[in-house]
Amino acid sequence: MPSASRAPAVLTHDLRRTYRASRGGGEVSALAGVDVRIERGEIFGLLGPNGAGKTTFIKILTTLLFPTGGEARVVGFDVVRESQEVRRRIGLVSGGESSGYGILTVRECLWMFAQYYGVPSRIAWPRADELIAIVGLEEQAHSRINRLSTGQRQRMNFARAFVSDPEVLFLDEPTLGMDVNAARKLRDYVARWVREREGRTVLLTTHYMAEAEQLCDRVAIIDRGRVLACDSTPALRRQVQGGQHVELEVRGAGPELDLALLSGVQAVWGAPHPERGTRTLKFRLPVGEVLGEVLRGLEAQRVQVDSVSTRETTLEDVFIAIVGRGLEETEAPS
Amino acid sequence: MRLGEGFVHFLRAAYARAYVRIVGSFREPVWLISDAVLPAVGMCAFVLLYRALGAPASFEALAVLGGILSAFWINVLWGMGTQLYWEKQQGQLQLYFVSPVSRMAILTGMAVGGVLATTLRSVAGILLGFGVLGVRVPAFDVGLLAVVFLVSMAALYALGMILSSAFLLFGREAWHVSNALQEPVYFMSGLYFPLRTLGAAAWALAGIVPLGLGVDAMRQVLLGEAAHGLAPVPVETAILAGMAVILLIVARLMLAHLENLSKREGRLAQRWQ
Repeated sequence: MPSASRAPAVLTHDLRRTYRASRGGGEVSALAGVDVRIERGEIFGLLGPNGAGKTTFIKILTTLLFPTGGEARVVGFDVVRESQEVRRRIGLVSGGESSGYGILTVRECLWMFAQYYGVPSRIAWPRADELIAIVGLEEQAHSRINRLSTGQRQRMNFARAFVSDPEVLFLDEPTLGMDVNAARKLRDYVARWVREREGRTVLLTTHYMAEAEQLCDRVAIIDRGRVLACDSTPALRRQVQGGQHVELEVRGAGPELDLALLSGVQAVWGAPHPERGTRTLKFRLPVGEVLGEVLRGLEAQRVQVDSVSTRETTLEDVFIAIVGRGLEETEAPS
Repeated sequence: MRLGEGFVHFLRAAYARAYVRIVGSFREPVWLISDAVLPAVGMCAFVLLYRALGAPASFEALAVLGGILSAFWINVLWGMGTQLYWEKQQGQLQLYFVSPVSRMAILTGMAVGGVLATTLRSVAGILLGFGVLGVRVPAFDVGLLAVVFLVSMAALYALGMILSSAFLLFGREAWHVSNALQEPVYFMSGLYFPLRTLGAAAWALAGIVPLGLGVDAMRQVLLGEAAHGLAPVPVETAILAGMAVILLIVARLMLAHLENLSKREGRLAQRWQ
């Protein structure tokens, strides 16, 4: 077993977690044997649809949940038997959480959390000020938390995770609810933090593919409790290259539309357009297949195509190719 | 981590948690009304009743002390008992569980902050009882009163720590349980009458909630024989100290059990579950 000082940031072997089903008395498997190795200094992304097992994975690694099988280590420490050692070295931000007490100011709240990690006040106060500047809350530093907007509060939560200067940072949908500029600034800070502080590691789950693409050195795609692919984003893209990535804006597609009838492609639905009443249909057209065949297949099912566009392979394409559906997509429109 | 470092960490965390309560008592003046002025109104009613009935003056002092201490029971119920459940709903409990902080440090901070904040607020009851209503007590041993008060608070807030874990398990019922416990404990603790009046049942009740013995001992320090005490002050203080130790141990075990359960079931630290 590697010593704590040289150990990878995260190492899991055949990690399993089952829950008792609320009805029927059976068991639901959230993690079905996950093997992941994250080196120190990496920004590692975890992508998966809702219910894929991402949050369960993070909860186990942050000692909030026992695994029901397998093993997980963080910086060399077992998350079950050496949980206290793990906790000293980690930070967690969950998107949409509302930490702190409304009666405290932003500055006081960050100081309070630093105390829970044993950071002396002479270090905690200046660090709180530094983090407040980084997340752009200088004007709100002395405002009570219950007077902050949702976005401001989310930025404060983000800053909170850094007060203990963790070795491994778990970011679970960290930019959820933030405006575009704030999210971009925080992503830049995470990248800089990992680059400038040797050995710091980030495990990120996100629904924003662009965020994962911009930040992550490697990405694992997880679905139904299993890691389906794990590699750098360029390597993942290469796995699904060949053919064209096509997006069609269609109208008139009802629940009876049978995607399986579309010639040789595996298509998924994007979100509906609220104003135009259309919906996006995404697919990769393999080499040798003709787009016209797909369009004819749609026409035969009385679907009107408003626009057609093609583009380069993105992480979302990789995700769709591997998982078989998009992050935002669940079923046909009704 | 060395023992000394662990202790310093414990103190830092407890201080930080207590800070929230103390700061809160200054930043939210409306809490003064709900936590101190309203209980003092009940106290006034008893003082005026005893006065109208021509009861001995010591009964008035007895009611004033009961009224002041009722604020601490309210704080134990609502500031300790329901607190972890509230923290869970806020998503805060998860952040405690993921940090290396001693869970008992958090509860200790909540308790110390609660005692200090409520003591500050109880000034309202003291002013109302001894100032406005003109209730008088003979000269008493301030040091002894402070010791008995502190031991009583240790036992009472240790009970509050147990309630905070228990109420977390009750989930949404926590609010109802808190409501249900408020008034009966006023009676069980003899807040507005000498506990000895209840005869043999008094000892049984005193063994359930430390508030009764605490009130009884403090009354004896203030009023001597006129307090109609249940047992001598040293005996009651020793029992309270013993209760404090036992209740603290139980609180620690319950919290550890709760955290373990949370990790096994994966639900307790989760909001809305």
